[in-house]
Amino acid sequence: MTTTTSAAEAVAASLRRMDEVKAGADGLNCILWSDREHALAEARAIDESRAQGPLAGVPFVAKDNIATLHLPTTCGSRILEGYVSPYQATVIRRLREAGAVLVAKTNCDEFAMGSSNEHSAYGPVRNPICPTRVPGGSSGGSAAAVAAGIVRIALGSETGGSVRQPAAFCGVVGVKPTYGRVSRYGLVAFASSLDQVGVFGATVDDAALAMEVIAGRDPLDSTSADVPVPRYRAAADRPLEGLVIGRPKEYFPPSLDPRIAALCDRALDALRAQGATVRDVSLPHTDLAIPVYYIVAPAEASSNLARFDGVRYGLRVTGDGLRGMYEATRSRGFGPEVTRRILLGTYVLSAGYYDAYYKKAQEVRTLIAQDFRTVFGNGVHALFTPTTPTPAFEFGAKADPYEMYLNDIFTATANLAGVPGISVPVGRVDGLPIGGQILAGHFEEMTMFQIAYALERALGAEAHR
Amino acid sequence: MAVTREDVVHIAALARLALPEERVPELVAQLNGILAHMDVLRKVDTTGVTGTAGIGDASTPLRPDTGPQIPLARPREAFAPQMRDGFFLVPRLATHETADEEETA
Repeated sequence: MTTTTSAAEAVAASLRRMDEVKAGADGLNCILWSDREHALAEARAIDESRAQGPLAGVPFVAKDNIATLHLPTTCGSRILEGYVSPYQATVIRRLREAGAVLVAKTNCDEFAMGSSNEHSAYGPVRNPICPTRVPGGSSGGSAAAVAAGIVRIALGSETGGSVRQPAAFCGVVGVKPTYGRVSRYGLVAFASSLDQVGVFGATVDDAALAMEVIAGRDPLDSTSADVPVPRYRAAADRPLEGLVIGRPKEYFPPSLDPRIAALCDRALDALRAQGATVRDVSLPHTDLAIPVYYIVAPAEASSNLARFDGVRYGLRVTGDGLRGMYEATRSRGFGPEVTRRILLGTYVLSAGYYDAYYKKAQEVRTLIAQDFRTVFGNGVHALFTPTTPTPAFEFGAKADPYEMYLNDIFTATANLAGVPGISVPVGRVDGLPIGGQILAGHFEEMTMFQIAYALERALGAEAHR
Repeated sequence: MAVTREDVVHIAALARLALPEERVPELVAQLNGILAHMDVLRKVDTTGVTGTAGIGDASTPLRPDTGPQIPLARPREAFAPQMRDGFFLVPRLATHETADEEETA
């Protein structure tokens, strides 16, 4: 990314764009919190200091579950309404130290639980490509902000597809890094064995640059890995000769919309034309990912969200004694989807059901991870799949909770196995964006970006029509 | 293993959630609907398979327990619902309410 304008001009343009597209509650509703004067002052300071960071003067937005010092961090929930964190997330600090300017916090499904952004306490986000449809979730606000041209870089978070799925629905690039690749210090915990901070980019290059800045070991996050961070942008120049890309049959079931399958096969043809070899492969436990995910994630969430009880931060609702205060606060503060998942998680962890559900899910999770190890251990460098089984759907179209959960069917596997993934636009169906997903082995983001750059280059404008 | 009304009331109590009575039947139906899809896992042979609790080969490293590593940018009073003398204040426990009355008597 090269900027020819000053930081102040770039930030002012981003703020103007928010107004033009009606990014607030009266329009797309993708922006929850913004302090314009603070952002402009920070940009002017960058101009005055002539800072030379890799993102000097680049405006960005962050999902509302990532801790920031100057804007609220509510996780899209009433229980944290008005809460301003006393510290900032490592990913925010690293972007700011690289010269980027935080211009806003974005709307999301409450506590990142959702695939449509219909579960925010602050109302749903509208898809900029088709405002009668959802932007995907849970990081729908960040995806919409990039798609609407407010910023070129946005932060989101991934637990089961919450960056890749909205990226696909909004026609932008979305990255879920390897588990441990990016610090989670300051990311409000949902399901700790799955959560990762992810990035959105207007292009593959934008996302690669942001990843270069935020990746790497952080002493404040014990789960961050001490693995060197390559220059991901160097992947742009690498040819595909010698690469083997797997086409897993379980991600192309007979029920898949043939138009989506055709766009993915067109993408694979483009990669083949650039020298890659495409091989049919199988990950036989793929169809078990959603049952496993929707046991493991709610179980961990029921524990992580126990801290929201009216004692230390956020909402407090008076009840009958201490327990009454806990119950009144949590019942008033959490929305229906979060309540449902806390109950589900508490149930599968409770005596008598733990072995049948939680322990069994952990064992099947091992088999899912083993599928990836097997395929990557047999000469396959990456996998290519559709990101989602459908394009963006209408508001209210998925009333049944499990039907909504099935939206994550192609993305949740990567979170369960901890491998990296990226969604790249590959075309449109009925005018709606479709994403193609590239999955790679642990810490093989370089290979993932290499293929993503090549695909973006090969498809050109076709990726957006 | 169908979820009953009593189960929902019980787990809601465990989770410190006060559910309005009218929401319980809907939640019973939803949880049963979701869990029905989980039953497929029972048919999977996992004999000898060790469960995955987290990603990574190594256990989570420990750090010295030396207190906060980063100073807070604003005092706890700025975000805590109620504080006094550096402590978070909560309503008195029901088991201590009589003690309170004795103190004031």
